[in-house]
Amino acid sequence: MNSRIRHIASNTFREAVRDRVLYNLIAFAVLMCGASILVGQISIGIERLVVINLGLTAISLFGVVIAIFIGIGLVSKEIEKRTLYTVLSRPVQRWEFIVGKFFGLAGTLVVNTFFMAIGVFLALLYVSQGLQAADGWVLVALYFIVLQFLIITALALFFSSFSSPLLSAVFAFSLFVIGSFAEDLRGFAAMAQGATRWLATGAAYLVPNFSALNVIGSVAHGQSVARTLILGETAYAMVYATMALCGAILVFERRNLK
Amino acid sequence: MKPSRQIILVASVLLVVCMLASVLLLRRVDSMRSAATLQEVLYISSPKTIKRLSLGYDGLMADIYWTRAVQYFGNQHFAGSHHFDLLAPLLEITTALDPHLTVAYEFGANFLAPKPPNGAGQPQRAIELTEFGIRNNPNEWRLHYDLGFIYYMELKDYKSAADAFARGSQVPNAHPFLRVMAAQMAQHSGELRMAQMMWATTYQSTQDRDVRANAATHLRALQVEEDVTNLENLVAAYRVKTGRLPESFSDLQQAGLLHDIPVDPFGHGYKLTSDGRVEDRRPDDFPFLTKGTPPGYVAPSPRFLPSD
Repeated sequence: MNSRIRHIASNTFREAVRDRVLYNLIAFAVLMCGASILVGQISIGIERLVVINLGLTAISLFGVVIAIFIGIGLVSKEIEKRTLYTVLSRPVQRWEFIVGKFFGLAGTLVVNTFFMAIGVFLALLYVSQGLQAADGWVLVALYFIVLQFLIITALALFFSSFSSPLLSAVFAFSLFVIGSFAEDLRGFAAMAQGATRWLATGAAYLVPNFSALNVIGSVAHGQSVARTLILGETAYAMVYATMALCGAILVFERRNLK
Repeated sequence: MKPSRQIILVASVLLVVCMLASVLLLRRVDSMRSAATLQEVLYISSPKTIKRLSLGYDGLMADIYWTRAVQYFGNQHFAGSHHFDLLAPLLEITTALDPHLTVAYEFGANFLAPKPPNGAGQPQRAIELTEFGIRNNPNEWRLHYDLGFIYYMELKDYKSAADAFARGSQVPNAHPFLRVMAAQMAQHSGELRMAQMMWATTYQSTQDRDVRANAATHLRALQVEEDVTNLENLVAAYRVKTGRLPESFSDLQQAGLLHDIPVDPFGHGYKLTSDGRVEDRRPDDFPFLTKGTPPGYVAPSPRFLPSD
Protein backbone atom coordinates (compact mmCIF):
# COMPACT_ATOMS: atom_id res chain seq x y z
CA MET A 1 0.00 0.00 0.00
CA ASN A 2 1.49 3.34 -0.93
CA SER A 3 1.99 6.08 1.64
CA ARG A 4 -0.76 8.33 0.27
CA ILE A 5 -3.37 5.59 0.64
CA ARG A 6 -2.04 4.85 4.12
CA HIS A 7 -2.37 8.50 5.15
CA ILE A 8 -5.93 8.78 3.84
CA ALA A 9 -6.81 5.51 5.58
CA SER A 10 -5.35 6.61 8.92
CA ASN A 11 -7.12 9.97 8.68
CA THR A 12 -10.42 8.22 7.92
CA PHE A 13 -9.89 5.99 10.95
CA ARG A 14 -9.07 8.98 13.15
CA GLU A 15 -12.10 10.86 11.86
CA ALA A 16 -14.37 7.90 12.67
CA VAL A 17 -12.95 7.70 16.19
CA ARG A 18 -13.42 11.47 16.58
CA ASP A 19 -17.03 11.04 15.42
CA ARG A 20 -17.45 8.77 18.48
CA VAL A 21 -18.20 5.72 16.34
CA LEU A 22 -16.54 3.47 18.91
CA TYR A 23 -19.11 4.60 21.51
CA ASN A 24 -21.24 1.72 20.21
CA LEU A 25 -18.88 -0.52 22.17
CA ILE A 26 -20.48 0.73 25.39
CA ALA A 27 -23.94 -0.23 24.13
CA PHE A 28 -22.55 -3.60 23.10
CA ALA A 29 -20.93 -4.18 26.51
CA VAL A 30 -24.23 -3.38 28.28
CA LEU A 31 -26.07 -5.74 25.89
CA MET A 32 -23.68 -8.63 26.50
CA CYS A 33 -23.62 -8.19 30.30
CA GLY A 34 -27.42 -7.91 30.39
CA ALA A 35 -27.92 -10.96 28.18
CA SER A 36 -25.41 -13.09 30.11
CA ILE A 37 -27.08 -12.40 33.44
CA LEU A 38 -30.72 -12.17 32.37
CA VAL A 39 -31.12 -15.09 29.97
CA GLY A 40 -30.14 -17.68 32.57
CA GLN A 41 -33.05 -16.44 34.67
CA ILE A 42 -35.78 -16.19 32.03
CA SER A 43 -35.00 -19.09 29.71
CA ILE A 44 -33.86 -22.71 29.89
CA GLY A 45 -30.63 -24.23 28.63
CA ILE A 46 -29.60 -21.60 26.07
CA GLU A 47 -27.25 -19.30 28.02
CA ARG A 48 -24.23 -20.16 25.87
CA LEU A 49 -26.27 -20.12 22.65
CA VAL A 50 -27.67 -16.69 23.41
CA VAL A 51 -24.25 -15.22 24.14
CA ILE A 52 -22.96 -16.47 20.77
CA ASN A 53 -26.11 -15.72 18.75
CA LEU A 54 -26.76 -12.33 20.32
CA GLY A 55 -23.09 -11.34 20.41
CA LEU A 56 -22.39 -12.20 16.77
CA THR A 57 -25.71 -10.78 15.54
CA ALA A 58 -25.05 -7.51 17.39
CA ILE A 59 -21.49 -7.34 16.02
CA SER A 60 -22.83 -7.91 12.53
CA LEU A 61 -25.71 -5.41 12.75
CA PHE A 62 -23.70 -2.70 14.56
CA GLY A 63 -20.97 -3.10 11.93
CA VAL A 64 -23.40 -3.01 9.01
CA VAL A 65 -25.01 0.17 10.35
CA ILE A 66 -21.59 1.79 10.90
CA ALA A 67 -20.36 0.69 7.46
CA ILE A 68 -23.44 2.12 5.75
CA PHE A 69 -23.79 5.38 7.65
CA ILE A 70 -20.09 6.25 7.70
CA GLY A 71 -19.46 4.80 4.25
CA ILE A 72 -22.12 6.92 2.53
CA GLY A 73 -20.59 10.12 3.88
CA LEU A 74 -16.99 9.32 3.05
CA VAL A 75 -17.05 11.06 -0.33
CA SER A 76 -20.05 13.36 -0.08
CA LYS A 77 -18.93 14.88 3.24
CA GLU A 78 -15.50 15.68 1.78
CA ILE A 79 -17.19 17.41 -1.16
CA GLU A 80 -19.63 19.27 1.07
CA LYS A 81 -16.87 20.53 3.38
CA ARG A 82 -14.66 21.23 0.36
CA THR A 83 -11.79 19.31 1.96
CA LEU A 84 -11.73 17.01 -1.07
CA TYR A 85 -10.31 19.83 -3.21
CA THR A 86 -7.45 20.33 -0.73
CA VAL A 87 -6.65 16.62 -0.87
CA LEU A 88 -6.90 16.32 -4.65
CA SER A 89 -4.83 19.51 -5.21
CA ARG A 90 -1.93 17.55 -3.74
CA PRO A 91 -0.28 14.69 -5.64
CA VAL A 92 -3.11 12.32 -4.71
CA GLN A 93 -5.03 10.52 -7.39
CA ARG A 94 -8.75 10.01 -7.19
CA TRP A 95 -8.50 6.21 -7.03
CA GLU A 96 -6.04 6.51 -4.13
CA PHE A 97 -8.56 8.65 -2.28
CA ILE A 98 -11.29 6.00 -2.73
CA VAL A 99 -9.03 3.09 -1.78
CA GLY A 100 -7.65 5.00 1.23
CA LYS A 101 -11.18 5.76 2.43
CA PHE A 102 -12.10 2.08 2.04
CA PHE A 103 -9.16 0.85 4.10
CA GLY A 104 -9.76 3.53 6.74
CA LEU A 105 -13.36 2.49 7.32
CA ALA A 106 -12.51 -1.22 7.07
CA GLY A 107 -9.82 -0.67 9.72
CA THR A 108 -12.34 1.08 11.99
CA LEU A 109 -14.73 -1.86 11.64
CA VAL A 110 -11.98 -4.41 12.31
CA VAL A 111 -10.94 -2.58 15.52
CA ASN A 112 -14.59 -2.32 16.55
CA THR A 113 -15.12 -6.04 15.87
CA PHE A 114 -11.97 -6.94 17.80
CA PHE A 115 -13.17 -5.23 20.99
CA MET A 116 -16.67 -6.68 20.60
CA ALA A 117 -15.18 -10.16 20.11
CA ILE A 118 -13.34 -9.78 23.42
CA GLY A 119 -16.72 -8.94 24.98
CA VAL A 120 -18.31 -12.07 23.48
CA PHE A 121 -15.54 -14.33 24.78
CA LEU A 122 -15.67 -12.75 28.24
CA ALA A 123 -19.43 -13.32 28.34
CA LEU A 124 -18.88 -16.93 27.19
CA LEU A 125 -16.33 -17.40 29.97
CA TYR A 126 -18.89 -16.08 32.45
CA VAL A 127 -21.83 -18.27 31.40
CA SER A 128 -19.88 -21.48 30.62
CA GLN A 129 -17.30 -21.13 33.41
CA GLY A 130 -14.61 -21.72 30.78
CA LEU A 131 -14.11 -21.97 27.05
CA GLN A 132 -14.60 -25.12 24.96
CA ALA A 133 -12.68 -26.20 21.86
CA ALA A 134 -15.83 -25.64 19.76
CA ASP A 135 -15.82 -21.95 20.75
CA GLY A 136 -12.87 -21.56 18.37
CA TRP A 137 -15.36 -21.67 15.47
CA VAL A 138 -16.78 -18.38 16.78
CA LEU A 139 -13.56 -16.82 15.45
CA VAL A 140 -14.44 -18.11 11.97
CA ALA A 141 -17.92 -16.57 12.23
CA LEU A 142 -16.28 -13.28 13.29
CA TYR A 143 -13.96 -13.48 10.30
CA PHE A 144 -16.96 -14.00 7.98
CA ILE A 145 -18.66 -10.98 9.58
CA VAL A 146 -15.56 -8.88 8.79
CA LEU A 147 -15.79 -10.14 5.18
CA GLN A 148 -19.41 -8.92 5.13
CA PHE A 149 -18.21 -5.50 6.31
CA LEU A 150 -15.66 -5.29 3.49
CA ILE A 151 -18.41 -5.86 0.92
CA ILE A 152 -20.83 -3.39 2.52
CA THR A 153 -18.14 -0.73 2.95
CA ALA A 154 -17.19 -1.05 -0.72
CA LEU A 155 -20.86 -0.86 -1.74
CA ALA A 156 -21.51 2.18 0.46
CA LEU A 157 -18.47 3.88 -1.11
CA PHE A 158 -19.72 2.95 -4.57
CA PHE A 159 -23.13 4.53 -3.97
CA SER A 160 -21.55 7.48 -2.19
CA SER A 161 -19.42 8.20 -5.26
CA PHE A 162 -22.42 9.26 -7.36
CA SER A 163 -25.46 9.66 -5.12
CA SER A 164 -26.68 11.75 -2.19
CA PRO A 165 -26.08 10.38 1.34
CA LEU A 166 -29.76 9.59 1.87
CA LEU A 167 -30.16 7.67 -1.38
CA SER A 168 -26.80 5.94 -0.84
CA ALA A 169 -28.00 4.71 2.56
CA VAL A 170 -31.24 3.44 1.03
CA PHE A 171 -29.39 1.67 -1.81
CA ALA A 172 -26.77 0.11 0.47
CA PHE A 173 -29.30 -1.06 3.05
CA SER A 174 -31.59 -2.44 0.34
CA LEU A 175 -28.69 -4.42 -1.12
CA PHE A 176 -27.90 -5.75 2.35
CA VAL A 177 -31.51 -6.96 2.75
CA ILE A 178 -31.65 -8.40 -0.79
CA GLY A 179 -28.25 -10.02 -0.25
CA SER A 180 -29.60 -11.72 2.86
CA PHE A 181 -32.33 -13.25 0.64
CA ALA A 182 -29.83 -14.32 -2.05
CA GLU A 183 -30.55 -18.02 -1.49
CA ASP A 184 -34.30 -17.44 -1.90
CA LEU A 185 -33.64 -15.45 -5.04
CA ARG A 186 -31.72 -18.39 -6.46
CA GLY A 187 -34.55 -20.75 -5.48
CA PHE A 188 -37.01 -18.44 -7.23
CA ALA A 189 -34.80 -18.41 -10.34
CA ALA A 190 -34.72 -22.22 -10.40
CA MET A 191 -38.53 -22.34 -10.43
CA ALA A 192 -38.99 -19.64 -13.11
CA GLN A 193 -39.04 -20.23 -16.88
CA GLY A 194 -37.63 -18.46 -19.93
CA ALA A 195 -36.40 -14.88 -19.68
CA THR A 196 -37.56 -14.53 -16.07
CA ARG A 197 -35.29 -17.41 -15.15
CA TRP A 198 -32.29 -15.73 -16.74
CA LEU A 199 -33.11 -12.37 -15.18
CA ALA A 200 -33.62 -13.84 -11.72
CA THR A 201 -30.45 -15.94 -11.99
CA GLY A 202 -28.49 -12.86 -13.10
CA ALA A 203 -29.88 -10.82 -10.19
CA ALA A 204 -29.11 -13.63 -7.74
CA TYR A 205 -25.47 -13.66 -8.81
CA LEU A 206 -25.17 -9.87 -9.03
CA VAL A 207 -26.32 -9.07 -5.49
CA PRO A 208 -23.85 -9.88 -2.70
CA ASN A 209 -24.64 -13.22 -1.11
CA PHE A 210 -24.68 -12.30 2.59
CA SER A 211 -26.54 -15.45 3.58
CA ALA A 212 -23.52 -17.54 2.53
CA LEU A 213 -21.35 -15.44 4.86
CA ASN A 214 -23.64 -16.06 7.82
CA VAL A 215 -22.48 -19.10 9.84
CA ILE A 216 -23.61 -17.78 13.22
CA GLY A 217 -26.28 -20.46 13.65
CA SER A 218 -23.94 -23.39 13.00
CA VAL A 219 -21.00 -22.14 15.11
CA ALA A 220 -23.42 -21.51 17.98
CA HIS A 221 -23.99 -25.29 18.01
CA GLY A 222 -20.24 -25.93 17.85
CA GLN A 223 -20.40 -27.17 14.25
CA SER A 224 -17.18 -26.84 12.27
CA VAL A 225 -16.71 -24.78 9.12
CA ALA A 226 -14.83 -26.48 6.29
CA ARG A 227 -11.43 -25.00 5.39
CA THR A 228 -12.40 -24.96 1.72
CA LEU A 229 -15.49 -22.92 2.59
CA ILE A 230 -13.36 -20.39 4.49
CA LEU A 231 -11.07 -20.05 1.46
CA GLY A 232 -14.01 -19.83 -0.94
CA GLU A 233 -15.83 -17.18 1.12
CA THR A 234 -12.62 -15.16 1.49
CA ALA A 235 -12.04 -15.21 -2.27
CA TYR A 236 -15.69 -14.31 -2.94
CA ALA A 237 -15.71 -11.37 -0.50
CA MET A 238 -12.40 -10.05 -1.82
CA VAL A 239 -13.54 -10.28 -5.42
CA TYR A 240 -16.92 -8.69 -4.70
CA ALA A 241 -15.43 -5.83 -2.63
CA THR A 242 -12.83 -5.20 -5.33
CA MET A 243 -15.58 -5.15 -7.95
CA ALA A 244 -17.59 -2.56 -5.97
CA LEU A 245 -14.44 -0.52 -5.33
CA CYS A 246 -13.59 -0.57 -9.04
CA GLY A 247 -17.11 0.69 -9.73
CA ALA A 248 -16.64 3.50 -7.20
CA ILE A 249 -13.27 4.43 -8.73
CA LEU A 250 -14.68 4.42 -12.27
CA VAL A 251 -17.56 6.71 -11.29
CA PHE A 252 -15.41 8.99 -9.16
CA GLU A 253 -12.73 9.31 -11.83
CA ARG A 254 -15.33 10.56 -14.33
CA ARG A 255 -17.18 12.75 -11.85
CA ASN A 256 -17.16 16.48 -12.48
CA LEU A 257 -16.14 18.04 -9.17
CA LYS A 258 -16.20 21.66 -10.33
CA MET B 1 -28.71 33.14 39.98
CA LYS B 2 -27.55 33.53 36.38
CA PRO B 3 -30.25 33.11 33.71
CA SER B 4 -28.39 30.15 32.15
CA ARG B 5 -28.28 28.35 35.52
CA GLN B 6 -31.96 29.06 36.00
CA ILE B 7 -32.73 27.45 32.65
CA ILE B 8 -30.63 24.38 33.52
CA LEU B 9 -32.38 24.03 36.89
CA VAL B 10 -35.87 24.41 35.43
CA ALA B 11 -35.11 22.00 32.59
CA SER B 12 -33.68 19.41 34.99
CA VAL B 13 -36.68 19.59 37.31
CA LEU B 14 -39.06 19.43 34.36
CA LEU B 15 -37.23 16.40 32.98
CA VAL B 16 -37.51 14.46 36.25
CA VAL B 17 -41.16 15.45 36.70
CA CYS B 18 -42.04 14.43 33.14
CA MET B 19 -40.23 11.12 33.55
CA LEU B 20 -42.20 10.28 36.69
CA ALA B 21 -45.44 11.49 35.13
CA SER B 22 -44.91 9.34 32.03
CA VAL B 23 -44.47 6.23 34.20
CA LEU B 24 -47.61 7.03 36.21
CA LEU B 25 -49.61 7.77 33.07
CA LEU B 26 -48.49 4.53 31.43
CA ARG B 27 -49.61 2.57 34.47
CA ARG B 28 -52.98 4.31 34.32
CA VAL B 29 -53.30 3.58 30.58
CA ASP B 30 -52.45 -0.10 31.23
CA SER B 31 -55.21 -0.35 33.82
CA MET B 32 -57.67 1.31 31.41
CA ARG B 33 -56.96 -1.14 28.58
CA SER B 34 -59.20 -4.20 28.53
CA ALA B 35 -57.66 -7.54 29.44
CA ALA B 36 -58.25 -8.77 25.89
CA THR B 37 -55.85 -6.27 24.40
CA LEU B 38 -53.15 -7.27 26.85
CA GLN B 39 -53.40 -10.97 26.07
CA GLU B 40 -50.47 -12.60 24.34
CA VAL B 41 -50.90 -12.83 20.60
CA LEU B 42 -48.84 -14.62 18.01
CA TYR B 43 -48.67 -11.86 15.40
CA ILE B 44 -46.84 -13.97 12.81
CA SER B 45 -47.70 -17.64 12.97
CA SER B 46 -45.77 -18.87 9.93
CA PRO B 47 -42.28 -20.20 10.82
CA LYS B 48 -41.19 -19.66 7.20
CA THR B 49 -42.17 -15.98 7.25
CA ILE B 50 -40.36 -15.39 10.53
CA LYS B 51 -37.28 -17.17 9.20
CA ARG B 52 -37.27 -14.87 6.17
CA LEU B 53 -37.86 -11.75 8.27
CA SER B 54 -34.90 -12.63 10.50
CA LEU B 55 -32.51 -11.73 7.63
CA GLY B 56 -30.31 -14.73 8.33
CA TYR B 57 -30.06 -14.07 12.06
CA ASP B 58 -32.42 -17.01 12.71
CA GLY B 59 -30.30 -18.40 15.57
CA LEU B 60 -31.02 -15.33 17.69
CA MET B 61 -34.70 -15.35 16.66
CA ALA B 62 -34.92 -19.01 17.74
CA ASP B 63 -33.46 -18.10 21.15
CA ILE B 64 -36.01 -15.30 21.49
CA TYR B 65 -38.92 -17.57 20.52
CA TRP B 66 -37.69 -20.31 22.87
CA THR B 67 -37.56 -17.79 25.72
CA ARG B 68 -41.09 -16.67 24.76
CA ALA B 69 -42.24 -20.31 24.87
CA VAL B 70 -40.68 -20.82 28.32
CA GLN B 71 -42.20 -17.59 29.62
CA TYR B 72 -45.60 -18.39 28.12
CA PHE B 73 -45.69 -21.88 29.60
CA GLY B 74 -44.41 -20.60 32.96
CA ASN B 75 -47.02 -17.84 33.15
CA GLN B 76 -49.93 -20.10 32.16
CA HIS B 77 -48.73 -22.84 34.52
CA PHE B 78 -48.31 -20.39 37.39
CA ALA B 79 -51.81 -18.99 36.77
CA GLY B 80 -53.18 -22.57 36.90
CA SER B 81 -54.52 -22.21 33.36
CA HIS B 82 -55.69 -25.22 31.39
CA HIS B 83 -55.21 -23.43 28.05
CA PHE B 84 -51.83 -23.44 26.36
CA ASP B 85 -52.98 -22.51 22.86
CA LEU B 86 -49.81 -20.64 21.86
CA LEU B 87 -47.36 -23.21 23.20
CA ALA B 88 -47.26 -25.58 20.20
CA PRO B 89 -46.97 -22.76 17.59
CA LEU B 90 -44.22 -21.08 19.62
CA LEU B 91 -42.28 -24.34 19.81
CA GLU B 92 -42.81 -25.05 16.11
CA ILE B 93 -41.51 -21.59 15.19
CA THR B 94 -38.52 -22.02 17.53
CA THR B 95 -37.50 -25.35 16.04
CA ALA B 96 -38.14 -24.22 12.46
CA LEU B 97 -35.80 -21.27 13.06
CA ASP B 98 -33.13 -23.47 14.64
CA PRO B 99 -33.71 -27.19 14.02
CA HIS B 100 -30.63 -28.04 16.12
CA LEU B 101 -31.90 -26.37 19.31
CA THR B 102 -32.31 -29.72 21.10
CA VAL B 103 -33.27 -28.09 24.39
CA ALA B 104 -36.50 -26.87 22.72
CA TYR B 105 -37.47 -30.45 21.78
CA GLU B 106 -36.56 -31.96 25.16
CA PHE B 107 -38.31 -29.40 27.35
CA GLY B 108 -40.93 -28.46 24.75
CA ALA B 109 -42.23 -32.03 24.52
CA ASN B 110 -42.40 -32.18 28.31
CA PHE B 111 -44.39 -28.94 28.36
CA LEU B 112 -46.77 -30.16 25.64
CA ALA B 113 -47.45 -33.78 26.58
CA PRO B 114 -48.67 -33.91 30.24
CA LYS B 115 -52.31 -33.25 31.04
CA PRO B 116 -53.22 -29.76 32.34
CA PRO B 117 -52.28 -28.09 34.63
CA ASN B 118 -48.87 -29.80 34.44
CA GLY B 119 -48.74 -29.42 30.68
CA ALA B 120 -50.75 -28.56 27.60
CA GLY B 121 -52.29 -32.03 27.26
CA GLN B 122 -51.22 -32.31 23.61
CA PRO B 123 -49.18 -35.54 23.42
CA GLN B 124 -49.66 -35.83 19.64
CA ARG B 125 -48.11 -32.37 19.09
CA ALA B 126 -45.31 -33.37 21.46
CA ILE B 127 -44.70 -36.51 19.39
CA GLU B 128 -44.68 -34.51 16.14
CA LEU B 129 -42.23 -32.01 17.66
CA THR B 130 -39.91 -34.76 18.90
CA GLU B 131 -40.06 -36.66 15.59
CA PHE B 132 -39.10 -33.41 13.82
CA GLY B 133 -36.21 -33.07 16.27
CA ILE B 134 -35.06 -36.66 15.59
CA ARG B 135 -35.12 -36.07 11.83
CA ASN B 136 -32.90 -33.01 12.25
CA ASN B 137 -30.68 -34.42 15.02
CA PRO B 138 -30.42 -38.16 14.36
CA ASN B 139 -27.49 -38.57 16.75
CA GLU B 140 -29.33 -37.23 19.82
CA TRP B 141 -30.40 -40.37 21.73
CA ARG B 142 -32.20 -38.26 24.34
CA LEU B 143 -34.84 -37.31 21.76
CA HIS B 144 -35.65 -41.00 21.16
CA TYR B 145 -35.83 -41.40 24.93
CA ASP B 146 -38.20 -38.43 25.22
CA LEU B 147 -40.37 -39.89 22.46
CA GLY B 148 -40.60 -43.26 24.22
CA PHE B 149 -41.31 -41.43 27.45
CA ILE B 150 -44.32 -39.63 25.93
CA TYR B 151 -45.68 -42.83 24.34
CA TYR B 152 -45.41 -44.66 27.65
CA MET B 153 -46.38 -41.99 30.18
CA GLU B 154 -49.09 -40.12 28.31
CA LEU B 155 -50.50 -42.59 25.77
CA LYS B 156 -49.68 -45.97 27.35
CA ASP B 157 -48.72 -47.08 23.85
CA TYR B 158 -46.20 -49.78 24.76
CA LYS B 159 -45.46 -50.86 21.19
CA SER B 160 -44.55 -47.34 20.01
CA ALA B 161 -42.60 -46.70 23.21
CA ALA B 162 -40.61 -49.93 22.73
CA ASP B 163 -39.96 -48.94 19.13
CA ALA B 164 -38.73 -45.44 20.16
CA PHE B 165 -36.40 -46.85 22.84
CA ALA B 166 -35.10 -49.51 20.43
CA ARG B 167 -34.35 -46.87 17.77
CA GLY B 168 -32.63 -44.72 20.40
CA SER B 169 -30.51 -47.61 21.64
CA GLN B 170 -28.93 -47.85 18.16
CA VAL B 171 -27.69 -44.25 18.27
CA PRO B 172 -23.94 -44.04 19.01
CA ASN B 173 -23.19 -43.33 22.71
CA ALA B 174 -26.82 -43.93 23.70
CA HIS B 175 -27.54 -44.61 27.38
CA PRO B 176 -27.37 -48.41 27.89
CA PHE B 177 -30.71 -48.35 29.71
CA LEU B 178 -32.54 -47.63 26.46
CA ARG B 179 -32.02 -51.25 25.38
CA VAL B 180 -33.38 -52.48 28.73
CA MET B 181 -36.35 -50.17 28.49
CA ALA B 182 -37.14 -51.33 24.97
CA ALA B 183 -37.14 -54.94 26.19
CA GLN B 184 -39.22 -54.20 29.31
CA MET B 185 -41.66 -52.15 27.31
CA ALA B 186 -42.12 -55.03 24.90
CA GLN B 187 -42.99 -57.25 27.90
CA HIS B 188 -45.43 -54.65 29.36
CA SER B 189 -43.57 -54.77 32.68
CA GLY B 190 -45.09 -53.39 35.92
CA GLU B 191 -45.93 -49.71 35.60
CA LEU B 192 -44.34 -48.62 38.88
CA ARG B 193 -41.02 -50.33 38.16
CA MET B 194 -40.98 -48.97 34.63
CA ALA B 195 -41.75 -45.44 35.76
CA GLN B 196 -39.02 -45.65 38.42
CA MET B 197 -36.54 -46.85 35.84
CA MET B 198 -37.40 -44.04 33.43
CA TRP B 199 -37.16 -41.28 36.00
CA ALA B 200 -33.92 -42.76 37.36
CA THR B 201 -32.47 -42.71 33.82
CA THR B 202 -33.58 -39.11 33.40
CA TYR B 203 -31.98 -38.22 36.73
CA GLN B 204 -28.68 -39.91 35.88
CA SER B 205 -28.36 -38.77 32.30
CA THR B 206 -28.96 -35.01 32.63
CA GLN B 207 -26.73 -32.21 33.82
CA ASP B 208 -29.60 -29.76 34.04
CA ARG B 209 -30.41 -28.80 37.65
CA ASP B 210 -34.14 -28.29 37.03
CA VAL B 211 -34.54 -31.58 35.16
CA ARG B 212 -32.73 -33.43 37.95
CA ALA B 213 -34.96 -31.78 40.55
CA ASN B 214 -38.07 -32.74 38.55
CA ALA B 215 -36.87 -36.35 38.20
CA ALA B 216 -36.01 -36.52 41.92
CA THR B 217 -39.50 -35.22 42.80
CA HIS B 218 -41.11 -37.92 40.63
CA LEU B 219 -38.84 -40.61 42.10
CA ARG B 220 -39.79 -39.60 45.66
CA ALA B 221 -43.49 -39.73 44.77
CA LEU B 222 -43.01 -43.16 43.19
CA GLN B 223 -41.18 -44.35 46.32
CA VAL B 224 -44.16 -43.29 48.45
CA GLU B 225 -46.55 -45.07 46.08
CA GLU B 226 -44.46 -48.24 46.27
CA ASP B 227 -44.36 -48.09 50.09
CA VAL B 228 -48.12 -47.47 50.29
CA THR B 229 -48.83 -50.39 47.92
CA ASN B 230 -46.59 -52.74 49.90
CA LEU B 231 -48.03 -51.67 53.26
CA GLU B 232 -51.62 -52.03 52.05
CA ASN B 233 -50.78 -55.54 50.80
CA LEU B 234 -49.47 -56.35 54.28
CA VAL B 235 -52.62 -54.93 55.86
CA ALA B 236 -54.68 -57.21 53.60
CA ALA B 237 -52.49 -60.17 54.56
CA TYR B 238 -52.94 -59.32 58.29
CA ARG B 239 -56.70 -59.22 57.80
CA VAL B 240 -56.67 -62.64 56.16
CA LYS B 241 -54.49 -63.99 58.97
CA THR B 242 -56.33 -62.47 61.96
CA GLY B 243 -59.75 -61.65 60.63
CA ARG B 244 -59.47 -57.96 61.63
CA LEU B 245 -57.69 -54.82 60.53
CA PRO B 246 -54.46 -53.80 62.29
CA GLU B 247 -54.65 -50.74 64.58
CA SER B 248 -51.07 -49.72 63.91
CA PHE B 249 -47.98 -50.82 62.00
CA SER B 250 -46.74 -52.40 65.27
CA ASP B 251 -49.52 -55.00 64.87
CA LEU B 252 -47.98 -55.96 61.51
CA GLN B 253 -44.59 -56.27 63.20
CA GLN B 254 -45.96 -58.42 66.00
CA ALA B 255 -47.65 -60.64 63.43
CA GLY B 256 -44.24 -61.13 61.78
CA LEU B 257 -45.37 -59.48 58.55
CA LEU B 258 -43.22 -56.35 58.83
CA HIS B 259 -39.61 -56.08 59.91
CA ASP B 260 -39.03 -52.31 60.07
CA ILE B 261 -41.70 -49.63 59.97
CA PRO B 262 -41.02 -47.71 56.74
CA VAL B 263 -40.78 -43.94 56.51
CA ASP B 264 -41.30 -41.72 53.49
CA PRO B 265 -38.31 -40.23 51.58
CA PHE B 266 -38.30 -37.23 53.96
CA GLY B 267 -38.20 -39.48 57.05
CA HIS B 268 -41.83 -39.07 58.14
CA GLY B 269 -43.87 -42.11 59.13
CA TYR B 270 -46.94 -43.27 57.19
CA LYS B 271 -50.45 -43.14 58.64
CA LEU B 272 -52.68 -46.22 58.93
CA THR B 273 -56.37 -45.26 58.77
CA SER B 274 -59.14 -47.10 60.59
CA ASP B 275 -60.44 -48.55 57.29
CA GLY B 276 -57.07 -50.13 56.52
CA ARG B 277 -55.75 -47.57 54.03
CA VAL B 278 -52.20 -46.21 54.19
CA GLU B 279 -51.61 -42.49 53.71
CA ASP B 280 -48.62 -40.22 53.65
CA ARG B 281 -48.75 -37.73 56.52
CA ARG B 282 -47.47 -34.83 54.37
CA PRO B 283 -48.72 -35.41 50.80
CA ASP B 284 -47.96 -31.78 49.87
CA ASP B 285 -44.26 -32.74 49.99
CA PHE B 286 -44.80 -35.17 47.12
CA PRO B 287 -46.24 -33.54 44.01
CA PHE B 288 -47.41 -36.05 41.37
CA LEU B 289 -48.54 -38.46 44.12
CA THR B 290 -51.42 -40.63 42.86
CA LYS B 291 -51.70 -43.02 45.81
CA GLY B 292 -51.56 -42.64 49.59
CA THR B 293 -53.41 -39.33 49.78
CA PRO B 294 -56.47 -38.57 51.99
CA PRO B 295 -59.92 -38.87 50.29
CA GLY B 296 -60.77 -35.72 48.31
CA TYR B 297 -57.21 -34.47 48.48
CA VAL B 298 -56.36 -31.76 45.90
CA ALA B 299 -52.67 -31.61 45.10
CA PRO B 300 -50.98 -28.19 45.06
CA SER B 301 -48.98 -26.99 42.02
CA PRO B 302 -45.78 -29.01 41.70
CA ARG B 303 -42.70 -27.47 43.28
CA PHE B 304 -39.39 -29.07 42.72
CA LEU B 305 -37.22 -29.51 45.78
CA PRO B 306 -33.45 -29.84 45.40
CA SER B 307 -32.46 -33.04 43.64
CA ASP B 308 -29.60 -34.17 45.86
